[in-house]
Amino acid sequence: MTLDAKIPSGPIEKKWDKHRFDLKLVNPANKRKYDVLVVGTGLAGASAAASLAELGYNVTALCIQDSPRRAHSIAAQGGINAAKNYPNDGDSVWRLFYDTVKGGDYRAREANVYRLAQVSVNIIDQCVAQGVPFARDYGGYLDNRSFGGAQVSRTFYARGQTGQQLLLGAYGALSRQVEKGKVRLLARREMLDLVVVNGKARGVIARNLVDGKIERYAAHAVLLCTGGYGNVFFLSTNAANSNVTATWRAHRRGAYFANPCYTQIHPTCIPVAGENQSKLTLMSESLRNDGRVWVPKKKGDTRAPNDIPDAERDYYLERRYPSFGNLVPRDVASRAAKKACDEGFGVGPTKLAVYLDFRDALKRVGAETIKEKYGNLLDMYHHITNEDPYKVPMRIYPAVHYTMGGLWVDYNLMSTVPGLFVLGEANFSDHGANRLGASALMQGLADGYFVIPSTLGGYLAAGGIEAVGTDAAEFSEAEAAVNARVSKLLAVKGKRTTLEFHRDLGRLVWDHCGMGRTEAGLKKLLTAIPELRERFYKEVCVLGGGMEFNQALERAGRVADYLEFAELLALDALERRESCGGHFREEYQTPENEARRDDENFAHVAAWEFKGDGKAPARHVEPLSFENVHLTQRSYK
Amino acid sequence: MTGTIDITLKVWRQKDAASAGGFETYEAKGVSTEMSFLEMLDVVNEDLQKKGRDPIAFDHDCREGICGMCSLVIDGRAHGPDGGQTTCQLHMRRYKNNDVITVEPFRAKAFPLVRDLVVDRCSFDSIMQAGGYVSVSTGQAPDASVLLIPKHKADSAMDAAACIGCGACVAACPNASAMLFVAAKVSQLAQLPQGGPERERRVLNMMAAHDEAGFGACSNEYECEAVCPKDISVSHIARLNREYLRALALGPGEHQAASGAG
Repeated sequence: MTLDAKIPSGPIEKKWDKHRFDLKLVNPANKRKYDVLVVGTGLAGASAAASLAELGYNVTALCIQDSPRRAHSIAAQGGINAAKNYPNDGDSVWRLFYDTVKGGDYRAREANVYRLAQVSVNIIDQCVAQGVPFARDYGGYLDNRSFGGAQVSRTFYARGQTGQQLLLGAYGALSRQVEKGKVRLLARREMLDLVVVNGKARGVIARNLVDGKIERYAAHAVLLCTGGYGNVFFLSTNAANSNVTATWRAHRRGAYFANPCYTQIHPTCIPVAGENQSKLTLMSESLRNDGRVWVPKKKGDTRAPNDIPDAERDYYLERRYPSFGNLVPRDVASRAAKKACDEGFGVGPTKLAVYLDFRDALKRVGAETIKEKYGNLLDMYHHITNEDPYKVPMRIYPAVHYTMGGLWVDYNLMSTVPGLFVLGEANFSDHGANRLGASALMQGLADGYFVIPSTLGGYLAAGGIEAVGTDAAEFSEAEAAVNARVSKLLAVKGKRTTLEFHRDLGRLVWDHCGMGRTEAGLKKLLTAIPELRERFYKEVCVLGGGMEFNQALERAGRVADYLEFAELLALDALERRESCGGHFREEYQTPENEARRDDENFAHVAAWEFKGDGKAPARHVEPLSFENVHLTQRSYK
Repeated sequence: MTGTIDITLKVWRQKDAASAGGFETYEAKGVSTEMSFLEMLDVVNEDLQKKGRDPIAFDHDCREGICGMCSLVIDGRAHGPDGGQTTCQLHMRRYKNNDVITVEPFRAKAFPLVRDLVVDRCSFDSIMQAGGYVSVSTGQAPDASVLLIPKHKADSAMDAAACIGCGACVAACPNASAMLFVAAKVSQLAQLPQGGPERERRVLNMMAAHDEAGFGACSNEYECEAVCPKDISVSHIARLNREYLRALALGPGEHQAASGAG
């Protein structure tokens, strides 16, 4: 089946305006007749919930943490892109569009990316109006910095806490609507199933994490804003509670999952230190504005980094990519770090690290300036490693950070289940096979503040959405299914913990579907995952009961879903017989070890349809046509 | 540099708000000093589960000091011994062999206990809902460059805005006051022109919500600043007090304030 993305006709610059005009409107008095359910309250969810409530819709927002302010968007550090061209360095909507399509290795939908670039400028306006304290220069104007994959400075930032400040802005807007009674905010709720009635998404089943009660929520439309699936690797920069359950359960109810193999390995994270490590910590890409990446020229050099003279250092990014230098895109930088370590040039106790060195920048601009720009990041590094990055080079290594894949959506952000919209990292979105730095915040907020308020209205105004209450048979069926899954997990009473299974799964996926992937490795993975899943249901130990605050049960449910999802991830990686962006199949590379795309056979989105347990999922395609950007071998030399 | 230590933990266990709670003692042997404090608790929990005992419930999420989800009073101090960091940033290298460590939840009337070390901090949300924002709807904003904000004001607003809403200030305060939390938001917006139109309403409403939630008054103990993981200064409480008095004098909405407070 070929998927219809419903891309508006006409020139790319006019598509969004034309589409907004063509969409039917819901008149102000009628908006209050519609209930909208927003699952997840990070950047995408909070901005959507607030904006829709401002328009007059009745919004119910479910939040997995104890407050929307804790969503993992808060951990985004470096910044948010916008085509403002304030620095007068040649930026434009067109250039941001072009950089994003190229950065995504030509695997994103042109029309979506263009819209993203267009609304990027409105996002900055909105956030400034909310009081987000972006960095400013002495004249009082907004400051910008550079991020990977771009040769202009278009990134707005609030120290190393940009995600935090943007999220608190959206959280403020959401809080204002809670106060007005337009948003019902429910904290510590986890969505465990989607309810589909007559082919349309009409609600969810959620678990109240405090008392364990299973609850039903009905609405005219459901928005999933539940983030990515990076924790399938166990070790990632994601927060502990980030999970795939909401999107996976929606997938099982009919939403196609697109490009799950597009996972982003971020080049600059603090390396793994020990066996019991629970997460990896990102060091913002913005550090590559001033930090220089290097390894010793001599293999296995054990000298302290400061004792290695310049002539014996290999600043390999500057050497291999002179025009972008340390600011090559993430996929390129990560692979280069892996290559250096694989060849024996790695540093530190595990030899799985490279240096990110501020020595030259400290000499050039002084410690005060560096502290002002990156202070909290360098402190964070110091806390974790017990090493002072003002004195010794940081050690960094790539780590799983973001997932470009997600539920397939059309131009309206609607999935293959009518009435189910997917926003932010949870959708397969605008980043193609590799996301550029500072673009995740942009996309989450674009979806929530500016896209969904228009497109949701179009769906609702088209009509045909009959009244459905939580007493519908479909709600009972979904609730029974959730209860059965909870009981099944509690009934195993095995000897191994969920954490042990999660760690095993993560190691398998990282080894065979991480930075380098091969046909043989993926086939091995496709055998190993079902075996591990089988063991899980025989040996897992989940103590306590369902009707209580039970973190072990929460985790077991999430890992159970990862054990299903991982198989689709591996299958997608196997079937995409090319390398592109974050998906690097070792069989498909250029003589210089760069990703080699196969545009003839793979210039498409792969969207997977769930066919039932034990049955092979069906792979559908959405062909990608490039009318505005010329497909070339990506080069950052 | 790396090594292992044996420690004894005294941990507050309480099934739910209605049940009685008490300390239980656990021996943790061979704890790697490279581990974070929460990773040490993970290991203890693994061990407990292997023995068929319920793991210790504790809140955590990002594990890099920004989400504000983790809490814990460790040896009598919110977020542990060092100050300027969250519990998730505390590492076991801070401890010595045979140390005894007491771990308790954040205790305050406005933070009812959920289980073990987990408390409900929704009262912070209700304070924010009362006015911790600029009332601007999506689409209303003018171009971002229209508004000029002196660098020192933007920086000072950012110092306040760094609050992660963890509640350590409340846990540390003998009065369980949340004045530092309220001050962080009031001070951020009072220093920015965007906050001007609602300047009086905001502080009055947020303080009313603060008192209504059951938080106590500030008596200048400065314990909040000492434990704040983001080093938010009590000078913001001084600004909050000035803003409050000013708003009382002017009345809510009576005065369309110009940008910037004293």
